[in-house]
Amino acid sequence: MTFQPSKQMYSGKIREVTLGSGDKKVTIGGRGVFAFHSFEGAVPNAPRIAMEVWDKDPSAEWAEAAKAPFSDVLSDSAAWAKKCVSTYGAEIIVVQTKSADPNGDNRAASEVAATVKKVVDAVDVPVIVWGVANHEKDTEVMKLVAESCTGKNVCLSPVEEGDYKQIGAASLGYKQLVVASSPIDVNLAKQLNILLGNLGVNPDNLIIDPTTGGLGYGLEYTYSVMERIGQAALTQEDDKLQQPIIANVANETWKCKESNLSNEDAPELGDAAQRGILMEAVTAVDLLIAGADVVVMRHPEAVKLVKNYIAKMM
Amino acid sequence: MGLTGIQIFKLLPKTNCGECGVPTCLAFAMNLAAGKAELDKCPYVSAEAKDKLASESAPPIRPLIIGTGDYAVKVGGETVLFRHEKTFVNPPGLAVMVSTNEDAASVDGKIDRFKKAQYDRVGLNLRAEMFAIKDVGGKADAFCALAQKVSDATGAALIFISDSAEVLSAAADKFKDKKPLLCAASAANVEAVGAAAKAAGCPVVAKGDGSLESTIALSEKLVAMEIKDIVLDTGTRGLKEAFAEQTMIRRAALKDRFRPLGFPTLIMANEMADGLMEEALVAATFIAKYGAIIVMSDLQPHVLFPLLLERLNIYTDPQRPMTAEQGIYPINNPDENSPVLVTCNFSLTYFIVSGEVEGSRVPSWLLVQDTEGLSVMTAWAAGKFSGESVGTFINKSGIKDKIKHKTIIIPGYAAGISGELEEELGAGWTVSVGPREASQIPKFLKNFKA
Repeated sequence: MTFQPSKQMYSGKIREVTLGSGDKKVTIGGRGVFAFHSFEGAVPNAPRIAMEVWDKDPSAEWAEAAKAPFSDVLSDSAAWAKKCVSTYGAEIIVVQTKSADPNGDNRAASEVAATVKKVVDAVDVPVIVWGVANHEKDTEVMKLVAESCTGKNVCLSPVEEGDYKQIGAASLGYKQLVVASSPIDVNLAKQLNILLGNLGVNPDNLIIDPTTGGLGYGLEYTYSVMERIGQAALTQEDDKLQQPIIANVANETWKCKESNLSNEDAPELGDAAQRGILMEAVTAVDLLIAGADVVVMRHPEAVKLVKNYIAKMM
Repeated sequence: MGLTGIQIFKLLPKTNCGECGVPTCLAFAMNLAAGKAELDKCPYVSAEAKDKLASESAPPIRPLIIGTGDYAVKVGGETVLFRHEKTFVNPPGLAVMVSTNEDAASVDGKIDRFKKAQYDRVGLNLRAEMFAIKDVGGKADAFCALAQKVSDATGAALIFISDSAEVLSAAADKFKDKKPLLCAASAANVEAVGAAAKAAGCPVVAKGDGSLESTIALSEKLVAMEIKDIVLDTGTRGLKEAFAEQTMIRRAALKDRFRPLGFPTLIMANEMADGLMEEALVAATFIAKYGAIIVMSDLQPHVLFPLLLERLNIYTDPQRPMTAEQGIYPINNPDENSPVLVTCNFSLTYFIVSGEVEGSRVPSWLLVQDTEGLSVMTAWAAGKFSGESVGTFINKSGIKDKIKHKTIIIPGYAAGISGELEEELGAGWTVSVGPREASQIPKFLKNFKA
């Protein structure tokens, strides 16, 4: 019997979105086939890894393994971002504005935005600003960030149904990008894209965040929703879902119990540092396979592993 | 996929004799199509129809079992390309390799780690199941001795790896009761290895030379020898190429019912990476995309644990939420004065809430109510997390005998049930409304006074 490989029919393409400005800007999306399916069609842009920095010293919350590589910069977000770029080759920086959380430090929006601005000015790679998913506070912070970072083409995230008008307007006013964030559901993702479109947000400036579940904590939901978005976009001509996808990986994987247990607390789980790195890297690999165009990561070793992985898969 | 009832009906005698147990041939055909009846029940069906039906109704990817007893691994039997289309059914077996030229201490270490690395999660025992025994040097005695040692110590399902048909044949004969997977029949030795597999009744790997075509040729040869339990190894060791092949194999089997590729696949992750961490990512790739057996050079717990979690996640049935068992969960050694929290039994909710309570280091009692796997908000909206149901559950749970105080903490999203719940619990009881998001639990507990 002669073998003819069965062909997957594709009818759509993911839009290209460009983050940042200048020499180091990054373009994602653009493929007309499922993730890593270069045997069936062109994949013009490899998926990217964004490295995260916090806008406050995370020492009280982070596992030892995650702190070690950054011990000299954890209290200075701009220095931290610089180190990610110069030492670890980060191509995108995500600033997590953790200090803004009204249930936590509740730092004033102006101070938060000032820290973000310092990071944006410190690096030449694109920056994504990731809020705390509190509509009022994120709106306050993102408005200030959008204004102070004019011309930098930064990405405001997460934009949710409850604050899309405010943050969407800020992105339009100061020509920034948005990450549309919805809770693990294809239809809700589509609906938010439509709402943002009605507001006037150009699809060329729009990335989807379908909400990330970490390994062992709901990864399968994110994995399948990404595959479904990809199928709708590429094989069912669903124009409203043809956007690149981002997954906020590290934030989820490093907060779970198993990434934080020390060697003494859980000898049965092996080496704590390597375990945490793999919890992060395996989650990233799964979501890249499912269709993520950007994965947000923390540990330099995990970043290196996944970068090498992407290179092999392209 | 498969024949419809009407297509099957056309192949039946259409006599409506009723001897199969249902009154008409059409009804019988419908039952066959639905998998509710066996063709053997019809005494009059023609041999030709039997052949056609048997081949059409056989699963598109052959299900088969490697090993015996507790560690037997069932692979194959998959029916979809994407887990959300229905579900993946048989999680890939994870194997660790030992070879005949490996020193005893190294082998013992792998055996020891294999036995110890077992993890309980949502009522399941997560662990690796297989050992791959590799022949270096072609000595059957040494090979069998190593296999015996591993088998006696672990009971693991075994994969026998050798280029030598003599070694495989001797080992298959000696261990046939253990149903090892023979690896592999290649172009050079397919007749001899196929014969050994057939004689011992063991599944066998068809190993190609790095192409699908060569793998197809071998699987066809083995099928022609009337061997049914075949596993495919295309011989490809490039990550990207193997990913493309695994996708094409799964598609050919499901979409085109291309029989020579309708078998589970073997991934030699140990030959596809530089170092154990990289191997882990290779394994992760093929746990998600279509590997049925994955061989690794070592299974250090920090590598195995994330892979076991991934396998659990990917192979969870999307049609059925995973649930935690209803009951009282003591966290951080609580006593009679410790706070009591109640939540639902959606497994994610349970993991996240229990993780946060544990992380808070505040000794606490966590009560998990059976809400049929619904999350707090959904269960509350569906009336399955009402004051009455939560109250009844708490009253019967036995928690009242374990504590001296009379306060229950409920999830913030279920704040609406507090009045009704206080009534259900009886005089003196107070319901305290906890945070909406689990991440706020540690802060809440640290400030909480029962």
